[in-house]
Amino acid sequence: MTNQTDKQWAIETQDLDIYYSDFRAVKNVSLKIEPKKITSIIGPSGCGKSTVLRSFNRMNDFIPGSRVTGGIFFQGQNIYDPRIDPVQVRQRIGMVFQKPNPFPKSIYENVAWGARINNYKENLNDLVEECLVKSALWGEVKDLLQRPALSLSGGQQQRLCIARALAVKPEIILMDEPCSALDPIATLKIEDLMRELSAQYTIIIVTHNMQQAGRASDFTAYFTMDTDRAGSMIEYGVTSQVFTNPTHKSTEDYISGRFG
Amino acid sequence: MHKSVAVDKVTSESLGITQNNLFRNNKRWSETIIKAVLTLAGIVSIFTTIGIVYELGKESLLFFSLPGVTLKEFLTGTVWQPVIGKFGVLPLVTSTMITSLFAMLVAIPLGLGAAIFLSEYAADKTRKVLKPILEILAGIPTVVYGYFALTFMTPLLRGIFGQENVEIYNMLSAGLVMGIMILPLISSMSEDALHAVPRSLRDAALGLGATKLETSIQVVFPAALSGIISAVILGISRAVGETMIVAIAAGSGPNFTFNPLKAAETMTGYIARISGGDLSYDTPDYNSIFAIGLLLFLVTLVLNMISRHISRKYREVYE
Repeated sequence: MTNQTDKQWAIETQDLDIYYSDFRAVKNVSLKIEPKKITSIIGPSGCGKSTVLRSFNRMNDFIPGSRVTGGIFFQGQNIYDPRIDPVQVRQRIGMVFQKPNPFPKSIYENVAWGARINNYKENLNDLVEECLVKSALWGEVKDLLQRPALSLSGGQQQRLCIARALAVKPEIILMDEPCSALDPIATLKIEDLMRELSAQYTIIIVTHNMQQAGRASDFTAYFTMDTDRAGSMIEYGVTSQVFTNPTHKSTEDYISGRFG
Repeated sequence: MHKSVAVDKVTSESLGITQNNLFRNNKRWSETIIKAVLTLAGIVSIFTTIGIVYELGKESLLFFSLPGVTLKEFLTGTVWQPVIGKFGVLPLVTSTMITSLFAMLVAIPLGLGAAIFLSEYAADKTRKVLKPILEILAGIPTVVYGYFALTFMTPLLRGIFGQENVEIYNMLSAGLVMGIMILPLISSMSEDALHAVPRSLRDAALGLGATKLETSIQVVFPAALSGIISAVILGISRAVGETMIVAIAAGSGPNFTFNPLKAAETMTGYIARISGGDLSYDTPDYNSIFAIGLLLFLVTLVLNMISRHISRKYREVYE
């Protein structure tokens, strides 16, 4: 229970630096994520926003040479503490990726897989249905559960990936540009879905799409690259505030499309 | 304005554009010649195969038209003694099967284990060092493996199972060493197949809280299955067709036995001995090796067909 603050944040980072070998990709990030809200991370390419997102469930562990200094606290525990099991971190903090990446298995099996490897004891059929309902896909696939997941459209595949993430009962869902490979209609469906899910889950989304951050998130963190090429957080606050009345010139320039 | 026109003119002339229409005025002979050479290469390989099958078939027909030789006896007889007119191929077939079986018992688990280690667990640096070393195993001449079987593996087996139980020439020794020879083929091809599975599938599994082992076995392995099955079948074909090791270490005399500690000649070993000997053309012994060759060819063909079928049925197609 180190660093207990007055409020229980979903995730809290303290002086977070992330390195790839000797290169410091991200520096000095101190960020408090509000639980059961949607927080978007925006910023130009290379500013380290995906790196930060992937550090929240230790997916960066798989990139050789990556390391972290400072702390990332989830429920009062530093998830980079050597005693922490990263596999358990990833069960509690799920992830949806940039490109839909369903397993080359059936629709049913995609949702059931994560639960099964985590020794889910209750009825799998019910769980699959519950997750597909939550991800607004049930109506479209309820008669096609044994069909290959790859026969679905891109937008459906991405919602399946969300259902798959929900099936391991996470508390936080990280989304790394989840709509960048989708058309505008599929994108809106995902945004509606995020809104519904935020009643139960904390959602953190990295996006390149300004409008998406503006309309779909409650909080916005703006990152940019410093002169030493390390990304850092410039501005963080309520989305409407960041978009209409940013305190930094750089944020305003980026949001108004002057660079990025 | 004047300047930019001049620049345009220089550019088009330097590209060899001398006319304004787009008609073909350049025959591109090199393209035609290359196409002809490549077509020829394709045709040569097809005709070689046809030629081999024709020759095998023709000579086999001669063999089967010999008095006293029937297809039924050939396929079901358990004695192969051309001198007394006994042409039952089963002793040679069982010996081939037993040596191949032991080879695969060594090569499949070790090869797949090595492949999964190299692709999923080893650091990039380790992989870059280990994979070429493993592939060197594939470059060792099979005659060396043959002597390795005879002078190292056989004494080892005799030490384990007892001098009186293990013959100097025996199928187990040849089979095990053959497995070592095939191991790099299976591991290298399987590793390629595993490595080709996109990173995003591993991320998906790991992101759900799967361990590395669950990810490798349940997600990456099934996605790479078709490549892995091809590797295994190619390995079996290698084992069935391998000649030098069995000729040196498995024994030189047909023997209908299922005891791997005994000497027994394989199909390939027999062909090698007869074709290397001083038998004259058109004797039954001589003709018989074509029939055996044809049988070997059919076995390999069937194995290939099975592998295609299995991989089509069970592979998990990604993307």
